[in-house]
Amino acid sequence: MAYFRSHVLVSIDPICIDKGAYELIDALHDELVKQGLIDEVQVLETSRIGDPESEGPDLMVYPEGVHYTNLSLEDVPFLVEEHFLKGRIAAQYTREAKEIADKELSAPQAKEMRIVLKNVGEIDPLNIEEYIARDGYMALGKVLTEMTPEETIQEVLESGLRGRGGAGFPTGLKWRFIRDAEGDQKYMICNADEGDPGAFANRSVQEGDPHSVVEGMIIAAYAAGASQGYIYVRAEYPIAVRTMRIAIDQARSFGLLGDNILGSDFSFDLDVRMGAGAFVCGEETALMASIEGKRGEPRPRPPFPAQKGLWHNPSNINNVETFAIVPQIILNGAMWFANIGHEKSTGTKTFSMAGDVKNTGLIEVPFGITLREIIYDVGGGIKEDKKFKAVQTGGPMGGCLPEEFLHLPMDYEALEQAGSILGSGGLVVMDEDTCMVDIARFFMEFTQEESCGKCTPCRIGTRRILEILTRICEGKGKPEDIVTLRLLCEQINENSLCGLGKGAPNPVKSTLDHFLDEYEVHILEKRCPAKICKPLIRFEIIDGPCTGCTLCARNCPVDAIFGERRQTHVIDPDICIKCGICEQICPYDAIEIK
Amino acid sequence: MSLKTLEKISTEDPLNDVEQRVIIDQILDENKDIPGATMVVLNRLQEAIGFISPAMQVYVANQLGEPVSRVHGVVSFYSFFTTIPRGKHTIKFCVGTACYVSGVDQIIEKAKQILEIEPGETTEDGLITLELCRCVGVCSQAPVIVVDEEVQGRVKPNRFPKTVQDLKSKEA
Ligand SMILES: Cc1cc2nc3c(=O)[nH]c(=O)nc-3n(C[C@H](O)[C@H](O)[C@H](O)COP(=O)(O)O)c2cc1C
Ligand code: FES
Repeated sequence: MAYFRSHVLVSIDPICIDKGAYELIDALHDELVKQGLIDEVQVLETSRIGDPESEGPDLMVYPEGVHYTNLSLEDVPFLVEEHFLKGRIAAQYTREAKEIADKELSAPQAKEMRIVLKNVGEIDPLNIEEYIARDGYMALGKVLTEMTPEETIQEVLESGLRGRGGAGFPTGLKWRFIRDAEGDQKYMICNADEGDPGAFANRSVQEGDPHSVVEGMIIAAYAAGASQGYIYVRAEYPIAVRTMRIAIDQARSFGLLGDNILGSDFSFDLDVRMGAGAFVCGEETALMASIEGKRGEPRPRPPFPAQKGLWHNPSNINNVETFAIVPQIILNGAMWFANIGHEKSTGTKTFSMAGDVKNTGLIEVPFGITLREIIYDVGGGIKEDKKFKAVQTGGPMGGCLPEEFLHLPMDYEALEQAGSILGSGGLVVMDEDTCMVDIARFFMEFTQEESCGKCTPCRIGTRRILEILTRICEGKGKPEDIVTLRLLCEQINENSLCGLGKGAPNPVKSTLDHFLDEYEVHILEKRCPAKICKPLIRFEIIDGPCTGCTLCARNCPVDAIFGERRQTHVIDPDICIKCGICEQICPYDAIEIK
Repeated sequence: MSLKTLEKISTEDPLNDVEQRVIIDQILDENKDIPGATMVVLNRLQEAIGFISPAMQVYVANQLGEPVSRVHGVVSFYSFFTTIPRGKHTIKFCVGTACYVSGVDQIIEKAKQILEIEPGETTEDGLITLELCRCVGVCSQAPVIVVDEEVQGRVKPNRFPKTVQDLKSKEA
């Protein structure tokens, strides 16, 4: 590989392309040739680094880690001269530090530790050589030349690695099950369905470091004795699909996939399959049905996939993140990994932070860190310094935890005891303006729509819960509703066929447990304290502050606001749909929610 | 599929369009022998043609040697597969948790007002289809909309009209 002293990574997500990322790459290349720097500075493409709202394509320069943004083609000659010839940072184009919150993946914060995200944003995901330059595929080489499949399984087992896709089952144990199962054809499957709204770590890893997933899968296949693998990616992630396909082709051309990998007698190949927008396909038996080309309906277990999986053959499914960690364990040793983390949860976990927290984006922290540390130290606290109300973990099958739980150490067991789950690491932070009854209703709407309908408790039960919650949000709740809700939660949880139904009541149950007073106010006083539930609120314009600027009237989607210029306006409650746009855009805070 | 059945289907159907027919046959040719072909073929058809008409479902079933009911069952199970054509452009609104909490509702209301259609519908001139979608995985930029293939983050209701304007001027 040629030696470059600088690497320029230009973001080529669709937005940057639209804003001329490719033209910028060409211009950079031409200018580097012109200034005689083309052998020293390498221009690369990378997935999203910027924020779609900036006015031009984004690029990062390494090793300095400088982020330039708002670049136009005319800026290129100056930038190249300043940064690469004279070695000075062209400060007028750099991204200011305060905008850190806009980046999906920023420089590691204190308390962070990056194992899974080690390469994300640092290397060109479309170039296998960059992965190799950072010790990529060394673990595979080690396994194939120095370790037996049994030793590989033992190493992963001793590391304490548990599945990152939800249930947290020990990965090494799963591999042993499939290794011991009888059958000539065995399958290794990667679950990249990432259906939890609020989680995006799997997408980032696939788009930013696809080879770590490929390498992890090959090692797993070697340990399990699998000869064919599939990566099942959700249809909502077209860039991840493309990146994984490119990575697989590159690995194949390097002899890392296909027959006799690295000259050994082990053969394995990989293929990408796409989902088509069904949440339940993240469940392992449903996912396999989908790969087989069928409706993605789960089936009862046993038999477990390790005995009877894809096309009735022994199969093993792990999450993207689980696979991406494996090469690091092989390289650094089981003990290194086992020493990171907390009790029975070893290593690190990525969390996708979203909602009302200052720094949204992806983080990776050792297990055992508290929720408070994550939200306040890494996440920078609540937006606009409002009050924290709840954090939702684990997606639609997880729960909402209030302030009292912020001291909890993050690990599989602690969250489960608190009535939530770790799930795939989505963290949606909610401030005081959130209505917890409305949130419970929102999740129920989700699970109700995504229930595949195969089993009655999940199909009918979730609909019943949704009806009751909708009624409560409309101010038509009855006191006995709370008892009915609890009963339904219990029955659905106990009698459903798959994890979707078993977990579906969690958002309702946790909000009933921790925010019962909000339910009571809705039911007894017909009031929504957070002023979210539309049937229970009304919008009014206050006389004093309103200057009659007409901004609200012009932006009202249903023309419900009337008034002459420079005179106080009024909202017609019969037309108003309570969308809240007026309140948000009024420069004088003249809109009141009652 | 016999010629006779083909005659019965609408002249508007992609199967009766010479160019689209070539694409359909090519997709079937390339994929019909791989394991689990149904999903792969349907995904490719949805992407290339934009929808999977009832006639196309029958055609796919015949070519893959599957019962029509099974292909139809798969198409109806997955929300990504649509059976009627969409507009030239689609605007999808993410209704995932992060986007819900960040007020995607307001943007949907604005869109309904400007385009005078509901999500799931297409404007009369066939230009724009509105859709709701599941989390697209850029939650840190919530609220998020997807205009054709382009993800737009931190969308504000009063900036939405410009998005529509841009699509219209692209056509003009
Ligand atoms: C409804 C439902 C949805 C799921 N969605 C996902 C998902 O999106 N990604 C994932 O890795 N696991 C998901 N799972 C868990 C998988 O069934 C399975 O446990 C996991 O992929 C195993 O991988 P791991 O051992 O590496 O965690 C889901 C489970 C259920 C019940
Ligand atoms: S919730 Fe909208 S992108 Fe994730």
